Amino acid sequence: MSAAPFAASPEVLRHSWAQVGISILAGLREIWAHKFRSLLTMLGIILGVSSLVAMSALIAGMEKGAKDALIAIGGLEKVRIEPQGLPVEQRHLSDQATGITLNDVQALEQSAPLVTVLSPEMRVFAVLTANGKTFRPWNCVGVWPAALEMNEHVVEHGRMFNELDDEMARNVCVIGTATRDELWGAPEKVGHEIIPVGETLFINGVPFTVIGMFQLYESEQDHKERLLAQSQTNQPPAGGVIRNRGWGGGRRRGNFVFYLKNATVFIPLNTAWMKFRSGVSQIAISSGGASRTIAGTTGDPRLSSLEAKLASVDLLPEALQQVRNVLMSTHKGIEDFSFRTQEDWAEQINTFVHNARLSGGLIAGISLLVGGIGIMNIMLASISERVREIGIRKSVGAATGDIFTQILVESVVIAIFGGLAGLVTSFALVNLISSFAPTDNAPIITITALGIAFAFSVLVGVLAGIFPAIKAARLNPIQALRYE
Amino acid sequence: MSLVELRNVSKIYRLAEEEIRALDDVTLDIEEGEFISIIGPSGSGKSTLMHILGCLDSPTKGTIKLDGVMIEKASSRQLAAIRNRKIGFVFQFFNLLPKLNVVQNVELPMIYSGISGKERRQRALAALEEVELGNRAKHRPSQLSGGQQQRAAIARALVNSPRLIFADEPTGNLDSHTGDAILSLFRKLSQEGRTIVLVTHDPEIAAVTPRRIEIRDGKIAGKVDLTLAGLDRREGAGGGASPGRPSPPTAGAAGS
Repeated sequence: MSAAPFAASPEVLRHSWAQVGISILAGLREIWAHKFRSLLTMLGIILGVSSLVAMSALIAGMEKGAKDALIAIGGLEKVRIEPQGLPVEQRHLSDQATGITLNDVQALEQSAPLVTVLSPEMRVFAVLTANGKTFRPWNCVGVWPAALEMNEHVVEHGRMFNELDDEMARNVCVIGTATRDELWGAPEKVGHEIIPVGETLFINGVPFTVIGMFQLYESEQDHKERLLAQSQTNQPPAGGVIRNRGWGGGRRRGNFVFYLKNATVFIPLNTAWMKFRSGVSQIAISSGGASRTIAGTTGDPRLSSLEAKLASVDLLPEALQQVRNVLMSTHKGIEDFSFRTQEDWAEQINTFVHNARLSGGLIAGISLLVGGIGIMNIMLASISERVREIGIRKSVGAATGDIFTQILVESVVIAIFGGLAGLVTSFALVNLISSFAPTDNAPIITITALGIAFAFSVLVGVLAGIFPAIKAARLNPIQALRYE
Repeated sequence: MSLVELRNVSKIYRLAEEEIRALDDVTLDIEEGEFISIIGPSGSGKSTLMHILGCLDSPTKGTIKLDGVMIEKASSRQLAAIRNRKIGFVFQFFNLLPKLNVVQNVELPMIYSGISGKERRQRALAALEEVELGNRAKHRPSQLSGGQQQRAAIARALVNSPRLIFADEPTGNLDSHTGDAILSLFRKLSQEGRTIVLVTHDPEIAAVTPRRIEIRDGKIAGKVDLTLAGLDRREGAGGGASPGRPSPPTAGAAGS
């Protein structure tokens, strides 16, 4: 073919890359020539990209906060076995139902190898009195020392009670900082930290010795704020950080979990049993309220719940089945217990994050799309201004593809600049949003979010450029040259 | 073999029911190194002829061979490559890109032939020297006079060493003094051995060239200098189609 050498020669193919470089320069020149117009066009992309990044940063922050809270209460491997009302077909056997007892714990220890740690809990509905003040903690339970590990507690001052304390049913307790704050005073108010180890605490009128105190549990955000407040002033901050506590204090979900954890009091299991379950009538209420039972005067050995840590999350269904088999045997086939896993919550977090991402992404995506339409609009205006230029370029030998590349590159250059500016702006936007609407969880700008937002802006630039580029490339050179 | 061989070329436009023959069965040869003018009133089809010769347009019927390559089979990409390497255009309205300076304008064709930046600059400056515009390389077209702009446009047409240069009314937008200077530049280029086709409606300008072709109503009306150019073998093809109109410019101009 005689005409082929022009188009098919490697020289021509090679030059198409050099052509892209020149097109980029031409695009930059064009953008520079219409600075204000280009800036307005980029603004659409800038807003789209920064809202995409800000949205994902806010959601990433919330996700992290929620997951932190999940870990704070023990993670996914933890399963709670709770007493439950009998199913309808077993109602007539209710006098045979034993409830969850230490007998079950022993059986599980022997026969359920997929369970690594067991922590029986005997809940006491307690009113704490000390220092002339009273306080109702969220959770006052009789436990084994293993509860420390099970509930991710850390004793910062003093010690945890040990097996001997439990065996002897000593009147000792380990408290959380919320109890300290309520009965002895919070560090923020008092000005120094009170460590009430060795003090006497009355639980329902029974004197206990405080032998340990947990560390303060708080979200990362609170931790940072507290440190900041401390570093700013060593005096008790009067108008600085106002720590809101108490039930109606408007605590938000993430922090609420930490508050509940701080409002925990641990006493030895045997102590709880002997001091609070033997003589005095107690009402044990399970979570559903279905199994309200009145304890007998001879003592109620039933546990309010039993927590089990599994060997691995992957074996969760198998482990649950194993526990179930053992319990069905010790309970003579009566199903008066149920399992509660953290999976529901984890699932909820994931669903929430997914939905938030979807709706936020949709809105940010639409604003990016609007930015893209802006680019397309300006490119169309630009090529109708430059019909003659296109004619000239074609007459000196620009192929259809060259013109197409040139217009497309201009569009993409605008989008890339808009995208880069948008990435910078997103940091400012995130700061702005978090000052408008302070959340518990600091927004997290991830590299992935930045990358995706930038990639989207480039994609939008390409899509917005295709139609104007085709239109420009198809111009008839003769008519284009005559165009005034 | 001639540089350009046009055989029975027609260009037909259809407007509604009417058929407009912009070019009607034109046969024409252009030899390498010729300085030729295509003359005709506006609407005669001379621009259409130039567009077809310049690979900007393709004929409805007939064949064109340019430098041994059949054009009508070429794709638009190949046509662009031919325009780029083998053809240079000079226009009435200069058609320089206002946003680029003079040397960048001259570099434009080489950009599309993939020549490196250094060589581009070198060759563009050399072409500007050739049209005596070397000292205006960094100026914008708007800072130049009409004559200077046209020189820049000629430099752009020359820079890729094309086989064929088309000038469409190159003096149409210039005063007569400047126009003369441009014409003498073309004459100088012709003497250097370049093939130049001058398209004009003005017989006085056409008189500059040794060979003239007159177009009327899409047909070649007369080839005055047929015998002078020694091209009598094509007399039957082109001359036969002529409507017998007398050729306006005479051999006096051609012989000069």
